[in-house]
Amino acid sequence: MSCLRTFSTRRGKRLFWALLCLLTPAAAVLSICAGSVTLSLHDIFSALLGRDTTSAAARIVLYTRLPRTCAALLAGAALAVAGVVIQNVLDNPLASSGVIGVNSGAGLAVALLCAAVPTAQKYAPLAAFLGAVAAALLVMGLSKSTGASRMKVVLAGVAVSGLFSAGIDAVVTVVPEALGGVSDFRIGGFTGVTMARLAPAAAVIALALVLVLSLSQQMNVLSLGDDVARSLGLSVGAVRCVLLVLAAALAGAAVSFAGLLGFVGLIVPHAVRRFTGQEALPLLVASALGGAGFVTLCDVLARVLFSPFELPVGIVLAFAGVPFFLWLLLRRREGHG
Amino acid sequence: MIETKDLCAGYYGKAVVQNVSLDFLPGQVLVLLGPNGCGKSTLLKAALGLLPPMQGTVLYDGTDIRSLSHRQIAQQAALLTQSRSTPSIQALRMVLHGRFPYLSYPRRYSGRDRDIARAAMQTAGCDALERENVSELSGGQRQAVYLAMALAQDTQTVFMDEPTTFLDVRRQMQTMQTAQRLAAEGKAVVAVLHDIALALRFADRIAVMLDGRLLQCAAPEEILRSGVLERAFGVQVYCADTPHGKQYYCVAED
Repeated sequence: MSCLRTFSTRRGKRLFWALLCLLTPAAAVLSICAGSVTLSLHDIFSALLGRDTTSAAARIVLYTRLPRTCAALLAGAALAVAGVVIQNVLDNPLASSGVIGVNSGAGLAVALLCAAVPTAQKYAPLAAFLGAVAAALLVMGLSKSTGASRMKVVLAGVAVSGLFSAGIDAVVTVVPEALGGVSDFRIGGFTGVTMARLAPAAAVIALALVLVLSLSQQMNVLSLGDDVARSLGLSVGAVRCVLLVLAAALAGAAVSFAGLLGFVGLIVPHAVRRFTGQEALPLLVASALGGAGFVTLCDVLARVLFSPFELPVGIVLAFAGVPFFLWLLLRRREGHG
Repeated sequence: MIETKDLCAGYYGKAVVQNVSLDFLPGQVLVLLGPNGCGKSTLLKAALGLLPPMQGTVLYDGTDIRSLSHRQIAQQAALLTQSRSTPSIQALRMVLHGRFPYLSYPRRYSGRDRDIARAAMQTAGCDALERENVSELSGGQRQAVYLAMALAQDTQTVFMDEPTTFLDVRRQMQTMQTAQRLAAEGKAVVAVLHDIALALRFADRIAVMLDGRLLQCAAPEEILRSGVLERAFGVQVYCADTPHGKQYYCVAED
């Protein structure tokens, strides 16, 4: 308990950042090293540096573990940052792309695309983006027309999320082969991800991350409330709309290759905010690093816990993340926050 | 100077403020008085462009507010709001947001912005709180930080929506003294108050509103003489000479 209190001091904050900066690369290295087949560091570096691309070890590194590690890093960073942005835009700490239906909107669009045109899987990120944006706009429109209280935004999101999830189920029932591994997609996982499938989504995530970071000052002003933000000269409606589209792009791109990963967008921003405060730039950077590291570590656990059998990472995320999140909440209630 | 001309403004098509013509003169503290729901805060919002005029207009140095951007308005008028979020950030960072209307790409605050923010904190009496976390401050300290943010905007007009609510007596007086100091520096200060005695003591002019309409706008003595306060609030207002100057008090009418 006292370790968390230490982080609130200036020195503690430095320690937090140092640990965070170590966590992500360490998780990435671990993810490439760990698995049912044991590889030497020499094999791994030979493959990564392009000296050996043909041996069995190199194939495992280049075609299985590297894409998977990149996928986990990207999905974690994208979903955590999308969570920060959505919480900021909707001024609601309970919101995240999973809670308000953005993830399931993206999932439904991918399911529809794969069911209608099975050969068009390369357009999955685009479909996911459109589905995510549609869900975000629907939630925002619904909550606005019902008075836009914090609770109504979440309730509207939960309703929309339920509707889209039912839509995914309907598509999968009618066209069972629409989503290759249906249970994996619903729980979230990185099995079978390839660099080719990852590339378009990675481009979308990288661009959206840069744009979100460039809007951090606007996010700071937006967090002061609509009237104050407007009186400071911010075009609240336009900024909110742009940020929501960027969050949808991040979440949609992640869903397109990782499936419906829950909790990341809710847990990571809350855990990180305790140490960074609400200043947007450090919060976004720490959430991106924390999300990437956390999802990657959970994916490593998913692979090694019952090796050679694999769990979908979504299950590990829930088992590891939710108790941690509840512990944070309980500590706050006890007055430690 | 900001002025309203036959201004009607409100919500969902219903005019809460009706045909109000008022000018906010530099070098003066203008206090808006009126019972709850009479449209004082709505008038402030419309004057700041937070609500579009339904009829009439708001003029900024003769220019219609409709032709100004949010940014241009923010460089001429600042708002100290009634409802405030309490973000978990350092007080100086919070006050620096007052410089947001002047930021150009890539929107990073400069050394000059920091100097202006620190001077604003000094004026608002919260320079000692520079490194404190806003979420851990008391209500009065938070109020001072928000006031400093409004002052850091360095505008000719400062609107204050109920700046003394939730403050103890001492801080209420300090806030109104700060308002007088700003007016003495040449700013137009417009404050919505509920305390009639405070208004009569610190205002240069008082505008009394009832049911969305402006009943009268005049100097405190004239307002007291005219009986408009009795009409608006249903209370008798009395003035007593004391060794500390004139003091005002209200007695409810039976």
